[in-house]
Amino acid sequence: MADKEYDDIPGTFVFDADRSREGYHLNQFCISLRLQVNRDAFNANENTYLDKYPMTKEQRDAVVNRDWNLMLELGGNIYYTAKFAANEGINFQNLAGKMTGMGVEAYRDMMLGGGRPIDGNRTKSEWKDN
Amino acid sequence: MARVTAGVGCSHVPAIGAAMDTGITHEPYWKPLFEGFKKSREWMKEQKPDVIFLVYNDHCTAFDASCIPTFALGCAAEFKPADEGWGPRPVPVVKNHQKLASHIAQSLILDEFDLTIMNEMEVDHGLTVPLSVMYGDVGPDEDWPALVIPLCVNVVQYPPPTGNRCYNLGKAVRRAINSFEEDLNVMIFGTGGMSHQLQYKRAGLINKEWDTKFLDLMTEDPVGASQISHLEYLRETGSEGIEMVMWLIMRGALDEDVTEVYRHYHVPASNTAVGHIILENKT
Repeated sequence: MADKEYDDIPGTFVFDADRSREGYHLNQFCISLRLQVNRDAFNANENTYLDKYPMTKEQRDAVVNRDWNLMLELGGNIYYTAKFAANEGINFQNLAGKMTGMGVEAYRDMMLGGGRPIDGNRTKSEWKDN
Repeated sequence: MARVTAGVGCSHVPAIGAAMDTGITHEPYWKPLFEGFKKSREWMKEQKPDVIFLVYNDHCTAFDASCIPTFALGCAAEFKPADEGWGPRPVPVVKNHQKLASHIAQSLILDEFDLTIMNEMEVDHGLTVPLSVMYGDVGPDEDWPALVIPLCVNVVQYPPPTGNRCYNLGKAVRRAINSFEEDLNVMIFGTGGMSHQLQYKRAGLINKEWDTKFLDLMTEDPVGASQISHLEYLRETGSEGIEMVMWLIMRGALDEDVTEVYRHYHVPASNTAVGHIILENKT
């Protein structure tokens, strides 16, 4: 795959057509949990429910292990994975606490303090020194 | 004739709706955010729009990954608030001005904007939160004070339409509304933003300086704002900040020279910088 101009942004996946294609079944699984009837079925028997979605083994393992960052790395999109997280009792902000590795409290405090600053967070080269 | 009198830019963070629905808007976390909309609610009562043309994005509710229209216009008689995973929001069903919506659909397509027409659709927080923010609490058995024509824009899968395309679509929406014979006061809402990133290791990004500049451009230099590149949105405002292109549709539907009536900016609401602006046409 050719380099894309936005691949230079650190800590970020741009959900483009390539990612959408790769993550299709993973995302469709996640969004299915928007509906109570599906949440009930998934929560009753996770394996049987996951069999309906032809994900890769890696994607399925990421789901089983609730590895939120790995799901994104394998083509998941946050608006989809957030529906899965909601089923686990995790809201958007707490999910961000997990994905950033900061933990819920430190992340919440950062947001109350005005958020993550843009300086030092524009390009991957700025993250190399950390 | 129908006329566009004003535009509103407004974030649509789901947690804002949840705060209203659970009655915690007076808590210290939320109070400054909602204080900033007091004046806007008074303004709405004075203006009494008949119809709101509301630009928003669907969050995988009406459209999952199986179908991703770039622009989808709501032409159904009404739109029920959707269950997004924790039950539908306790707000009224959204009612359309169906005749005007059909007229806009026809006019836009002949104006070379190839829309998707939605004759059945549920609406999510992207549409109902801006209404709640601007009108205050309205119970599920009441009616929203205005009819609403929803326009969904894809901003989930990259690329969304360019800012320039959105700006020109706004101009076409204005032409369509101006050619509708009924005497109507129409407002246009552009929603979403401002800077925010919800995902992965850079989540929590906020760029107040950039957001402030964007609000300035909304008032003073809409053409300049329409030329902001997708890469700039992604890098400077976070991967989800790119939804600000939707504000350009609102801006395109207004005169180039407008009066800024009000603005409000607050960090944070959950992961997001909340921005709000009210612009009135002078003509």
